[in-house]
Amino acid sequence: MAVSILHRMTGNALAVAGLIGLVWWLVALSGGKEGYDAFIKLASGWVGKVVLVGLTWTFFQHLLSGLRHFVMDVGAGYELNTNKTWSYAVAAGAIFLTAAFWLGLMWKAL
Amino acid sequence: MGSGTNLGAVRGLGSAKDGSKHWLAQRVTAVGNLVLMLWLVASLFILPVGDHATMVKWLAQPLVAVPMALLLVSVCYHVALGMRVLIEDYVHDEGVKFFALAALSFYTIGAAAFGIFAIAKVAFAAGTAAAGMGTPNV
Repeated sequence: MAVSILHRMTGNALAVAGLIGLVWWLVALSGGKEGYDAFIKLASGWVGKVVLVGLTWTFFQHLLSGLRHFVMDVGAGYELNTNKTWSYAVAAGAIFLTAAFWLGLMWKAL
Repeated sequence: MGSGTNLGAVRGLGSAKDGSKHWLAQRVTAVGNLVLMLWLVASLFILPVGDHATMVKWLAQPLVAVPMALLLVSVCYHVALGMRVLIEDYVHDEGVKFFALAALSFYTIGAAAFGIFAIAKVAFAAGTAAAGMGTPNV
């Protein structure tokens, strides 16, 4: 149940913050170097980083629970134990992928 | 069922029968988002995102600019479908609901238009630079 309401919450968070961020990035990129540098400075500041890490987790959580919904759409995975197991797997997977993404970026920057 | 007016004929029949189209479109765009967003996230992981010149060169390639435009279409359509459900579930006043859904249309179509225009600007500016047709605004 928690994963189900999380799907709606993460979806709508992505729909607002994620989409605005994506368009903002593209518009900044098309506007020239000066504006883009200012955008990158803002995005790599600590507020920007908190938002980006949050969006990364939101993205992976929504992606994985979306895949879970695809499985349930074909009528599979409704047994209580199976359902519970996959809910936990989705939550753990999203945290793992978020950590892997940012640790990977930090590793790359070394 | 009423027999006098059209309204009487449809009253009590439930939905307008376009729910399955909404349901299917939500899933088709979900698959589009899955493929295109994984591509975008992987690209952002690999590329030097802070380097303007490299990013502009990257985005100007046809095989980057076109998937990026398709991504915006798929994402914005998915957002329009998903947020519509949120509004329909929680906004019960018909007038407020009407304006909320109208605002959602403006938001999603506007976001797609702004994003695609930005992509096209980068892609076509690179084209004129390569052909020596003017100073690119990048």
